[in-house]
Amino acid sequence: MQFKELIVEKVKEKFGESLQDVNEFRGDLSLTIHKDKILQLAEFLHNDSELAFTMCKDVTAIDWAVRKNRFTVVYHLLSLKNNFNLRVKANLENEPYTIESVTSVWRSADWYERETYDMYGIVFENHPDLRRMYMPEGFEYYPLRKDFPVLGIPGSLPLPNKTE
Amino acid sequence: MGLEAKLTQDGFITTTLDAIISWARKSSVWPMPMGISCCAIEMISAADPKYDLARFGSEVMRFTPRQCDVMIVAGTVTYKMAQVVRRIYDQMPEPKWVIAMGACTSSGGMYRSYSVVQGIDQFLPVDVYTAGCPPRPENLINAVMAIQAKIAKSKARDYPDVPLTDLGVIKN
Ligand code: SF4
Repeated sequence: MQFKELIVEKVKEKFGESLQDVNEFRGDLSLTIHKDKILQLAEFLHNDSELAFTMCKDVTAIDWAVRKNRFTVVYHLLSLKNNFNLRVKANLENEPYTIESVTSVWRSADWYERETYDMYGIVFENHPDLRRMYMPEGFEYYPLRKDFPVLGIPGSLPLPNKTE
Repeated sequence: MGLEAKLTQDGFITTTLDAIISWARKSSVWPMPMGISCCAIEMISAADPKYDLARFGSEVMRFTPRQCDVMIVAGTVTYKMAQVVRRIYDQMPEPKWVIAMGACTSSGGMYRSYSVVQGIDQFLPVDVYTAGCPPRPENLINAVMAIQAKIAKSKARDYPDVPLTDLGVIKN
C-alpha cells in the first residue's frame, strides 16, 4: 500500500465523518477536516509512529471573501521519516472565526499562528502568546482580509509629526 | 595646485567668513547611511573605489547620528520604521539635510501598500529627491553635489544654534 493511501485509511478510520474531503492535486495530498477536530488530528498525525508528521512547516489562511465558508486555515506538514508533505485544511464558516491552536503539538506553529492572526484576524484558542506580529500593537484591522483596502485605512497607522 | 604656489610668496588670502565656512562645510558632508533595503547596495557602491564618494568629501559614513550632516534614506520606509528614521533624524545635530534616495523613499515607489509610507516627506524635510529604482551611484553622487550646491549658496547665519531635540533619553 502506498503511503498516501495509508494516511487516508488511518485518518478515515479514526475520524470518520469529520474528514470532509480528500483531494490530490499534482501529487500533493490535502485533507479537509472539521475545525473542531483539528487538534485531535494534529495529535494523531504527530504521534502515530507510522505517519510521524513531526514537522509543521507553515500555517496560513485563505480568505474566500464570501459569506459562507469565509476562511480556510491551511497547515503544511512534513513527515521526515517518510519524506512526505501533507496539507491539512479546516474551514471556518461563521463568526467568530476561531480554531484550536496546534502549538501544543508543534512548537513551530507558534509564530505561524500569530502571523495568521495578525493578517486575517483568526483567533487561535489556547495559543500561548497570541499577539500581533508585523502590525503595531493596537492596530484594529486585518490587512490580508479581502475587504481591507490595499492602501490601508488613512490615519490607522501613526506617523511622526511633520517637521517644519 | 594653484593656491600653494601663491602661498609661498604672500602667505595669506582674503575672503569672506561666509564663503570660507560654506566651503569647509560643503566639502565634508558626512552621511548617515539609513540603508533600509535594496537601495542601500547602490549607496554602498557609491562609496567604493570605483565611484568614490570620497572625491566629494562624503565618504565618512557615520553610524552614529551625532556625527552626521546628511541623512541618506535609502530604502522602503514602512510605518513601523518611520518612527525609527525620525528618531535618528532628531538626533542629528543642526544643520542637517536629507536625501530621499530612490522611488520608495520619494513616493512609496512600487509599494502602493498599506504598510509603506507613500513618501518620507510626510514626516521629514527632504532636500533632494533621487529618481531610480535603485538610482545609479552616479545619481546619488549627483544628489550629494546638489546638497553641496545648496550649502555653497547658504550663509553661516542661516543656521541658528538649535539645541538637540530632547528625546527623553535617560541621563546618568
Ligand atoms: S527604490 Fe527600488 S531599489 Fe530602492 S529600496 Fe525601493 S525597491 Fe529597492
